[in-house]
Amino acid sequence: MIPNDLKYTNDHEWVRVNGDVAEIGITDFAQEQLGDIVFVEVPALGTVLEAGERLGVVESVKTVSDVFAPVSGEVIEINPLLVEDNDEFSPEIVNSDAFGKGWMVRVRMSNAAELDKLLSAADYKIVTEEA
Amino acid sequence: MTVELLRTPLYEVHQREGGKIVEFAGWEMPVEYAGIKQEHLAVRQNIGLFDLSHMGEIEIVGRGAVDFVDGLVTNNAKRIVPGQCMYTCMCRENGGIIDDLIIYRFPDLENGDEYIWLVVNASNCAKDFAWIKEHEGAQAKVTDLSAKTALLAVQGPKAQEFLQPLTDSDLEVLSYYHLTRGTVAGIPAVISRTGYTGEDGFELYVDWNEAEKLWEALRHAEGGIEPIGLGARDTLRLEAGYSLYGHEITEETSPVNSTLNWVVSLNSADFIGKAALKAQKDEGIKEAIVGLVMQSRAIPRQGYEIEDAEGNVVGHITSGTFSPSLSRGVALARVAKSHSSVGTELKVVVRGRREPALVQKPPFVRGSVRSSR
Repeated sequence: MIPNDLKYTNDHEWVRVNGDVAEIGITDFAQEQLGDIVFVEVPALGTVLEAGERLGVVESVKTVSDVFAPVSGEVIEINPLLVEDNDEFSPEIVNSDAFGKGWMVRVRMSNAAELDKLLSAADYKIVTEEA
Repeated sequence: MTVELLRTPLYEVHQREGGKIVEFAGWEMPVEYAGIKQEHLAVRQNIGLFDLSHMGEIEIVGRGAVDFVDGLVTNNAKRIVPGQCMYTCMCRENGGIIDDLIIYRFPDLENGDEYIWLVVNASNCAKDFAWIKEHEGAQAKVTDLSAKTALLAVQGPKAQEFLQPLTDSDLEVLSYYHLTRGTVAGIPAVISRTGYTGEDGFELYVDWNEAEKLWEALRHAEGGIEPIGLGARDTLRLEAGYSLYGHEITEETSPVNSTLNWVVSLNSADFIGKAALKAQKDEGIKEAIVGLVMQSRAIPRQGYEIEDAEGNVVGHITSGTFSPSLSRGVALARVAKSHSSVGTELKVVVRGRREPALVQKPPFVRGSVRSSR
């Protein structure tokens, strides 16, 4: 399942564009590869990210995996379910709903032209088939 | 260079079962099926089935087989009787650990020969065999049975209840760390009450060509049993506090400085490495393997540094994971002796952050295993 309305990276992140805001997460393929996700590290609110920079970390029982920013911009919202000192902390949401409730951060984009470098759903599908 | 990966007789079964296959110690093995957490909890609460056919079995047979083995290992192999198993290390002259292994002492053969198996780690099997062969004398003959011996493990609090209807052996009288020969689902098997999960359970050694038949018989048996991959095998052994070769113990460490003194018998007959281990013990050790329980949500991983309150590096994580039973990070760690007592507060450096951890004596989770060491 690779939604057509999203943009993708070779590193298995996805971007949902809403005006100048980009919602970012990891793909269903990525969560499937990682297995049971038990910890997510997200950046602090207000962090200014450069495209390609490490945005956070996703940890499964077995492994640690970096997540990279697909676009540049300022972090304006963090998924509360992934904030470690929140009582509702439930990183397994990334397993169960990677493209929806498992989003990681929302970023106010500083350079919307970067979106053109991202992959379409069809191109990303090829990436997953070759992986 | 391409390395040809090895496959157990159940490789195709694992694919059919939906196993995610990874490379482990030169073998293509299933790391998980339904998911590590679910598999882990199935073994803790109920029962699980493992393919461990990658492990090595080395046969030692002869009039002096027991003495021969006793000269190779750190524990006192003469202390076990026919039908009994024993955990031990095998060391080099300098005390460095070649491997950790289980001795299986079978009843003597009809001709009076003593008959033993050494069950060894897959990653070390070739090295172990070469080392043992190097020391082989007239008293015992050494043969590698690994390529024709499959190993399936049935582990969990319900293991006996599940397995008993399938075997003619009386499992109730088979004690912890004992073995017997019998049949399981009509297939000739060596059955031992051993395991690496902290739970009660059995390990079943059968002919390589019978492995699939046994797997299918177990999977379809009354009560139901889930397949368990190497991922949950690792989280289970870590919660139980068991060492894993290549992590807690290596050629560069000894049983004495790895908190495995209980498998070193300095009062028994001479064995390879004894002098070095005695010297280490007399001198006093500088480090130890300890358990750590995280006090935050951070997950400790192998290689992470450990600091004291003042920021001095006092050790490193040798194995770390998220514990599915405790829902927090747990680890085994090699730390300075001065920082190894239970209750010591340490910091684990996780991506530059100092995360609090407490030294605790393993096991982190007390399972249904019949008897402790």
